[in-house]
Amino acid sequence: MSTAVTTRDTASAGRPGGLLGGSRARRLWLMIAGAMVLLSVVRVISGENDLTSSSIMAAALLLAVPIGMAALGGLFAERAGVVNIGLEGMMILGTWGAGFAGYQWGWGAALLGGLLFGALGGLLHAVATVTFGVDHVVSGVAINILAGGLARFLSELLYANNSSGGGVTQSPALTSKPPTVSLPVLSSGPDLLGHVERLHWFLISDVAGVLRGVTHEIGVLTLVAVLLIPASYLLLWRTAFGLRLRSCGENPAAADSLGVPVYRLKYIAVLISGALAGMGGVFLVFIAGIYRENQTGGRGFIGLAALIFGNWRPGGLAAGAALFGFSDALQLRSRGAVVALLLLLAILLAGVAVWQAVRRRLVQAVIAGVVAVVALIGFLTIHVLPPGIVSFTPHLVTLLVLSLATQRLRPPRADGLVYRRGEH
Amino acid sequence: MSALRRLGPSLFAPLLAVVVAVAISSAVMAVLQVNPLRVFEVMVDFGQTPSQQVTALVVILNRAIPLFLAGLAVAVAFRMNLFNIGVEGQYRLATIMAAAAGAAVSLPAPLHVVLIVAVGMLVGAFWAGIVAVLKVTRGVSEVISSIMLNFVALGLASFFLTGPFLGTKAGTQIVSTKVIPESGWVPSLNGLLGALGLANPPRQLYGFLVIAVVVGVVVGVLLNRTRFGFDLRASGLSPSAASASGVDARGMVIKTMLLSGGIAGLIGLPDLLGSTHAYTTNFTAGLGFLGIAVSLLGRNRPGGIALAALLFAFLDRALVPLQIADFPASVVTIIQGTIVLAVVVANEVARRVARRAAERGSAEPTVVGGDGGTGPVLAPPSGTAGSTDVRQGVQA
Repeated sequence: MSTAVTTRDTASAGRPGGLLGGSRARRLWLMIAGAMVLLSVVRVISGENDLTSSSIMAAALLLAVPIGMAALGGLFAERAGVVNIGLEGMMILGTWGAGFAGYQWGWGAALLGGLLFGALGGLLHAVATVTFGVDHVVSGVAINILAGGLARFLSELLYANNSSGGGVTQSPALTSKPPTVSLPVLSSGPDLLGHVERLHWFLISDVAGVLRGVTHEIGVLTLVAVLLIPASYLLLWRTAFGLRLRSCGENPAAADSLGVPVYRLKYIAVLISGALAGMGGVFLVFIAGIYRENQTGGRGFIGLAALIFGNWRPGGLAAGAALFGFSDALQLRSRGAVVALLLLLAILLAGVAVWQAVRRRLVQAVIAGVVAVVALIGFLTIHVLPPGIVSFTPHLVTLLVLSLATQRLRPPRADGLVYRRGEH
Repeated sequence: MSALRRLGPSLFAPLLAVVVAVAISSAVMAVLQVNPLRVFEVMVDFGQTPSQQVTALVVILNRAIPLFLAGLAVAVAFRMNLFNIGVEGQYRLATIMAAAAGAAVSLPAPLHVVLIVAVGMLVGAFWAGIVAVLKVTRGVSEVISSIMLNFVALGLASFFLTGPFLGTKAGTQIVSTKVIPESGWVPSLNGLLGALGLANPPRQLYGFLVIAVVVGVVVGVLLNRTRFGFDLRASGLSPSAASASGVDARGMVIKTMLLSGGIAGLIGLPDLLGSTHAYTTNFTAGLGFLGIAVSLLGRNRPGGIALAALLFAFLDRALVPLQIADFPASVVTIIQGTIVLAVVVANEVARRVARRAAERGSAEPTVVGGDGGTGPVLAPPSGTAGSTDVRQGVQA
């Protein structure tokens, strides 16, 4: 059984794509290189140096981590066959837990508090979906409603008349922030990368900006979060526990017949899921140094989208989280650079148009071409977008990417199906 | 007796759920040292004078109307197993567009209202239509796309409100669109209250109540008495069986989402045409998400949704009195959230109990929920063959 599952997985993932052949690693590097070149071209043409500056990249990493943690939470749940729309609610619980523990006992307690509160949300989801067999989406939606109400309720009770500050919608400030590290010589001290970045050379400065962004004053916990991605891969794809967990998401009845404790594994998976989503919330609290209502701003949902975009695999969801973190950072830090994204869109869609035309799919080619031209006109005529429009950049990017990418995805086979022992 | 058997589980489950939810929220309050009895006392206290009491009733009804419409919008999609989580964005965008269109033209009274309602429904349907098109052409899950479109809609609404549709002078606290002229208002039903011999309250009972009831009846008939409704429910129970019997699955997704979005476009209109007459920064928010809860509580049937909307409206009315009495007003949200969770669990338990009963052969097979279970397949009575046929299709 183990060989059967693993061979099928690697076969489907390693199948050469139509556009770029070769091994998975080579394809990945090609895609990263292509993205870098594209970004440099757009930066040079638009003159928006923010597009690849190290400050934007640092912000992108900071914002990608919460999305990535939510997506990783979703990975555990959905690989065990439980759809988790409640990630947003678990993230809200995580932010509240982090704020509550953080203002009293510092950042370490904040992390623990967020993990614990997120896991509580996960426990609720597990009880509803695994024990009672409630529809997964319904339970998730209910948890989202409940989490918002609970966070507000607890804040009203505990912060409204609190001597340390805070109020109905926010906690007192955290007493400490997690320590940060920088890569010596390259990103601190002589700061060689920063030097190269300020020269604004084509491609070279862009690469330097990206590298400096992800190595300059990085929170220790951010490093841990990034390392959780490969760790999850190893746990889920290279251990017996992972194999059993994934078998619950592919064919729970077969797993059950082989003695895998399906209910227990689903519980564990959803608890981990909630804890990871809560950890995503903790990072949001660390960024602001305080818990605020609506701090999550739908990032749990974006995490879910990153998971789908990443084809339910750790590497893919990390790429999705990076993309959405980047567009989120642009939206928050530089409204001008968002306009440059229109040029990026125009170039990408022009490529799609040519590709579809070659494959003689004329309707798709024409649609892509027309949208490309519209995006180009937008880029040339719009100077700065109004704040209302800019605010939904990451969500629009998510939607565009999903609609371009979803057709070749393969979710876990029993994902979202209610499993009742002995009824299948 | 058989009617009681049939209705038993469908009435019993929500009632049990409400009781459980009240018990759980009381426990939560007690743990956090809020006296639950005092809270419930404030909730059911409608005031001393007849005028105060009628006012409380009017407030509840006015809140229930948009909640009912929101529940209906969600339920139409739910019946076909589509999760329209985008109702929030659909109604916010529809309302601001309807407000702008209503303020831009001046027509004789009935036509003006018709125009505003039509704009609202069209915008709502359009926004939901994007979700449907993405689903059938690109395979994007409607859950994700409708959530993303919520954010886009809210961003667009705030852009329109502060940009093209701005009707207030700069520097005012509350930004709003231009006010709709009086010909576009829906008159209140306070005359009706007088005719019923009730005190005339200071609040206006929304005339939109009539439209909402009509919409509810139309949706009920459409779902239960037409070919379209049958196809919709069949697709929800088993897409493969439905398409095998000749239902165009893609077309159904698009039609259902357009219908759902069209109803969603109405949600903001009772408030817009009944009291505010303009879209403002603090226009009623969150109705789309509450609609999901209301729809679940009402088991996706118009009658049940109406009851659920009244219950939620009753809870919402307590927000202000609770604040005045210095209680954390968000207990209302907690109770609502717990009710939803309790009701879905109770539905599931009730369904399992019903199925056990059916397996023992003591109850009618039609009680069995359509989940493709492996219970013994009983010969379906011809009149209610729909769901059972579909399930046989799955097993075949």
